[in-house]
Amino acid sequence: MAIGGYKALASVLQNQSAENVVDTVKQSGLRGRGGAGFPTGIKWERAREQPAEPKYIVCNADEGDPGAFMDRGLLEGNPHRVIEGMCIGAFAIGARQGFVYVRHEYPIAVKHILMAVEDARSAGLLGEGILGTGFAFDLKVVQGAGAFVCGEETALIASLEGRKGEPRQRPPFPAESGFKGKPTIINNVETWANVPHIINNGAEWFDSLGSEGSKGTKIFSLVGKVRNTGLVEVPMGASIRSIVYDIGGGIPDGKAFKAIQTGGPAGGCLPPSLLDLPIDFGALQEAGTIMGSGGLIVMDEDTCMVDVARYFTKFLEEESCGKCYSCRKGTQRMRELLDDICEGRGTISHIDLLIELGHAINTASMCGLGQNAATPLLSTIRYFREEYVEHIKDRNCTAGVCSALIRYKILEDLCDGCAACMKVCPVEAIAGEKDQLHVIDVEACVKCGTCLDVCAKNAVVVLSGGGE
Amino acid sequence: MSYKTVSLTINQLPVEVPEGTSILEASQTYGINIPTLCHLDGLSSYGACRLCIVEIGPADKPKVVSSCTYRCEEGMEVRTHTRRIVDTRKIMLELMVSSTPRSKTIQDLASAHGVYRARFRPEDEDCILCGLCVRMCAEQMMAGAIAFAGRGPDRHITTPFDELSELCRHCGGCMYVCPACMYRCMGPKADTTLCSACLNLSPSCVEVYDNQQCWMPPECGTCVRPEGEYLPATGRIMQEEKATE
Repeated sequence: MAIGGYKALASVLQNQSAENVVDTVKQSGLRGRGGAGFPTGIKWERAREQPAEPKYIVCNADEGDPGAFMDRGLLEGNPHRVIEGMCIGAFAIGARQGFVYVRHEYPIAVKHILMAVEDARSAGLLGEGILGTGFAFDLKVVQGAGAFVCGEETALIASLEGRKGEPRQRPPFPAESGFKGKPTIINNVETWANVPHIINNGAEWFDSLGSEGSKGTKIFSLVGKVRNTGLVEVPMGASIRSIVYDIGGGIPDGKAFKAIQTGGPAGGCLPPSLLDLPIDFGALQEAGTIMGSGGLIVMDEDTCMVDVARYFTKFLEEESCGKCYSCRKGTQRMRELLDDICEGRGTISHIDLLIELGHAINTASMCGLGQNAATPLLSTIRYFREEYVEHIKDRNCTAGVCSALIRYKILEDLCDGCAACMKVCPVEAIAGEKDQLHVIDVEACVKCGTCLDVCAKNAVVVLSGGGE
Repeated sequence: MSYKTVSLTINQLPVEVPEGTSILEASQTYGINIPTLCHLDGLSSYGACRLCIVEIGPADKPKVVSSCTYRCEEGMEVRTHTRRIVDTRKIMLELMVSSTPRSKTIQDLASAHGVYRARFRPEDEDCILCGLCVRMCAEQMMAGAIAFAGRGPDRHITTPFDELSELCRHCGGCMYVCPACMYRCMGPKADTTLCSACLNLSPSCVEVYDNQQCWMPPECGTCVRPEGEYLPATGRIMQEEKATE
């Protein structure tokens, strides 16, 4: 309150009409921050026009992307801003009840939002007669049970209603028929948190930030192989280079930048040649990836792109709800083919089949998860095809990641026979006497890499393909 | 009795259907064949098999939806057999044949769509999780004894807590509607004979038309196909006969 909290809500309740608020949000050009980028104002307008009562609003805090924590940061750090945004939204569309759907894996976020709701209620900012006006609105915090797909809005509603978390075909959109069949507005945590700023500073201010078609600022969670990891907030349209090098401080240990994955597990990987790409909805889509909710994973030269594709495909296979045959079976088959390539059973026709299958999955599936299930695969084939070919033709994993394609070797001139590696080897695959050269038995070796970590002389090396 | 209708185009053919009709129903009414495994008249639409996908919206900005769950809208443009849609259906059928090879329904559908190879590792599953049995049980038999459980690879159809349900009356309705376990493909009867059952099917024309669909039977042979593409089964037999004459 003291630093201007709930100022926007007060000004809305005292001086503005609901139409005004919707218009302001529409003019600001705010687009949903959860991933799809749907214009928020248009969504609100649609819900406002619905004659059905009551209306509901929902805050989507089911942030499931590995390595992304924008929503968590906001809910833990400034839950009142989210509540204020939701109050304004409720006033704009005429809702009396709201929900915050937060995943239970965020115990601190749950605690803070519960505390904030309680505080707001006792301060007269939630409940009957908010700020002395006739406006009534209350919030309920609901915890998700940990399904990735419940971040999809129709699956989230199903979960809120107590049904199986499974998306359904839109239309009808939740703005027309959502929770219990009533008009429901679902926005991401970050979207709600943007609303008070827009009201306070005006639509023109927000419109002046960012790039054409993507307005305002966006929080990204910068993780992976960069010096400074964490949350960064930049205007839309900032280049990848400025985020990775100026803010992130570049790649540690003098390694080379190899790829950056945008948009979480269902996003694509971009190569170094696209470092100057501006991050906004349009540019990313053109490059074959997605904005998603704002996860950025930086990878260095020690990363194998085939392995990356396999990892994310496996994640999506497990998190698919299983309703669409294309998504459930398609991701399983995609992972099998990638397993083949990673384990040295691949053929060149694997790549063509993967591309064919990938496009089919993205075309046939219904929700955002399935429609992007093949994006990690397709983008890595698009930008790193030679790496796939190398795995198949030369049985070579240059990054030294795919365990079936690599072997460990002790270099004769560096080994001083300290026996440290022999002691730690879990399968006793290293033979040799003290002060004499040690030799790794390739057949017995399980490629755990422990010997590499303990060798003080750096005599253990990873070899792949035909190279000695 | 009067009811509201909506006008739309399906493959550039102007059609008019009662409000609330799904694209699939509208297409079937007008004789346009869209394959489906998880839709049955009398049961609600679910959209699990993804075979009935169609393109809607302007041709330069198409959107793909499952036609069984999407209702016709005024002025809508629908394309049921574009290259992208037909290719996707073929991959879906190839996935199904690879995983559920003993279903005659799926074998026949795949054959009718020109899927003559299965490039994925063979599996032997009995269920494609289309959910027909779940809806049959709940909506027609009013029992609700079975439902989906689990997520992703663990998804399966079962009774509550995997125990025999008191609600089940052993009516067999679930098995009656099942596209995977009802009719089994037994393959050739003896090693020396060819059953040829699949070849005697009359396949639907699966040629690609970006805007319209050919109304001729597939045997008409007037289609000019690119070299090397498979002919429908019947066409192939006719050619072979010609060769022997």
